Amino acid sequence: MTDTLNVDGLTVHYATREGALQALRDVALDVPPGQIVGIVGESGCGKSTLINALLQLMPENARIASGAIRLEGEDLIGARARRLRDLRGRDIAVVFQDPMTSLNPVLTIGRQMHDIQYREKRSTAEKRRMAAEMLGRVGLPDPAAKLDAYPHELSGGQRQRVAIAMAVLMRPRLLIADEPTTALDATLEVQIIELLKELQQEIGCAILFISHHLGVIAELCDRVVVMYAGEAVEEGPVADVFQRPGHPYTAKLIECDPGRMKTRVAQLPSIPGDLPDLTDPPAGCIFRDRCDRAAERCRTRPDRVALRGAHWALCHFAAEVSA
Amino acid sequence: MSFRHTLAGRLMADPMAVVALIIITALVAIAVFADVISPHDHTAMNLADRFAPPSSTYWLGTDNLGRDTFSRLAQGSRIALYVALTAVTISGLIGLVLGMIAGFGPRWLDNLLLFIFDTLRAYPTIILALALAALMPRGLSTVIIVVVITSFAEYGRVVRTQTLSLKNAEFILAERAMGASFGRIVFHHVLPNVLGPFFILAAMNLPVVITIEAGMSFLGIGVPPGTPSWGATLKDGFDYIRNTPWIIIAGGLPLILVTLGFTFLGEALRDQLDPKLRKSR
Repeated sequence: MTDTLNVDGLTVHYATREGALQALRDVALDVPPGQIVGIVGESGCGKSTLINALLQLMPENARIASGAIRLEGEDLIGARARRLRDLRGRDIAVVFQDPMTSLNPVLTIGRQMHDIQYREKRSTAEKRRMAAEMLGRVGLPDPAAKLDAYPHELSGGQRQRVAIAMAVLMRPRLLIADEPTTALDATLEVQIIELLKELQQEIGCAILFISHHLGVIAELCDRVVVMYAGEAVEEGPVADVFQRPGHPYTAKLIECDPGRMKTRVAQLPSIPGDLPDLTDPPAGCIFRDRCDRAAERCRTRPDRVALRGAHWALCHFAAEVSA
Repeated sequence: MSFRHTLAGRLMADPMAVVALIIITALVAIAVFADVISPHDHTAMNLADRFAPPSSTYWLGTDNLGRDTFSRLAQGSRIALYVALTAVTISGLIGLVLGMIAGFGPRWLDNLLLFIFDTLRAYPTIILALALAALMPRGLSTVIIVVVITSFAEYGRVVRTQTLSLKNAEFILAERAMGASFGRIVFHHVLPNVLGPFFILAAMNLPVVITIEAGMSFLGIGVPPGTPSWGATLKDGFDYIRNTPWIIIAGGLPLILVTLGFTFLGEALRDQLDPKLRKSR
């Protein structure tokens, strides 16, 4: 069965004054149908660039240097603008991070949800009914009345529910969730995660879930891709990656997760060092400068090391780290 | 949605807006019914009653030729409204189109349009008015052309700034991710967000245009002699300010009221049209 999403060797550069910023380098990931794949990584690891590339909505100075993005086997990089527009919103939909800014402030919720259905040959009343039904489905009280509300009249959690309702309204095959719970409080976070799970079951779509919250990824996802400085450094089933990480970066990330702290500490742990300069990334392993295990052989670029199950890491010492 | 939740309903709850609407309604009513409510023919000269003070016959007195000032002001409201609405509409549309082109267009086009906007804005209105008046026949169309040339840049700049910040707003990216076409983004999502500030600016600009017309007529480069423009009445009054001050006072009153009215309306609109500034209800 073809994967819902298949990214292969994706390399994206931004033209900057300092030269080409290599935001993504040789990123590969697969999202099988009906699965939830998480992407985890700190700020600046290329998550946003990846989303923009998947949607083919890149800033003017971005260039896809190489690689392929396929939606159910269909190449998106070479696709015509017209075809991409058809796919966006119908086959690929996105829930953005900040529900306060992702809805048009001057149009009512109903109007915006009506507009999303512009491809459908339904009457306006029918479209309104569909919109209200979906608002009810995502757990908004009094959905019919909410259609006439403006975004500023809703709370942050309600707005994120509206954004989710809009994204799943056309029953997409791939739902991209870009840190959809980061701007929400912890109680809402759990509710939104549950909602996404339920909707995924109902619609049968695949979800690409981007987050820097390890707990949420562990809770929701089947597989996880760990990104660091524009590279996918490890991929595998959630349980394997989190219990037996194969990349030192993943291991550090898990150590630094405040959710794992058992005792009170004066200072939360962090990974020493900074992200490498992406206009001139170091040869060899990208994590070398911050890694405890760095050795001479890390000056050459590591290959993917296969670990138990469908699990790999981009580290010369993956087998030892994971052991 | 009940009445008090509509724009009109919310405006009615704002005392400033109510005052503005009363003044503007009165102005429009006077302009429409100028011929009916004028007690005298505004062109009729009654030399026996020159410089008559306000009385029951001449409500606001008469000028140096014995013409009834109230009748002339009533006629003048037509000129003021005509010039203001025409000039604001034309300059607003030009500014709206150019501003959106600058906002969406390539960098060089944006820079070019910005250069034009800034050049025109830096030019003092009255100097340009004097220069153009020397080249063109006296008349209302000259006044309108002067106003359009000097004011479209202001709309253009506001619309450009709005467009630029909206272009990169997350909800625009969200709409594009939902498959919205370029035309849909421009007309459906950016334009309605631009129109709020645009209408506020237009309302604020109406009295400015009326004042420019009055100013040009006062200087003698606006309407042809004999036309009952408010500026012409002011000029007549100015010449005789020592002995018959009521002419210039009467000529100035409508200008003050109309300026206040439109400014209040502009501010009330700004309070209501900007969803982020809107008070919770």
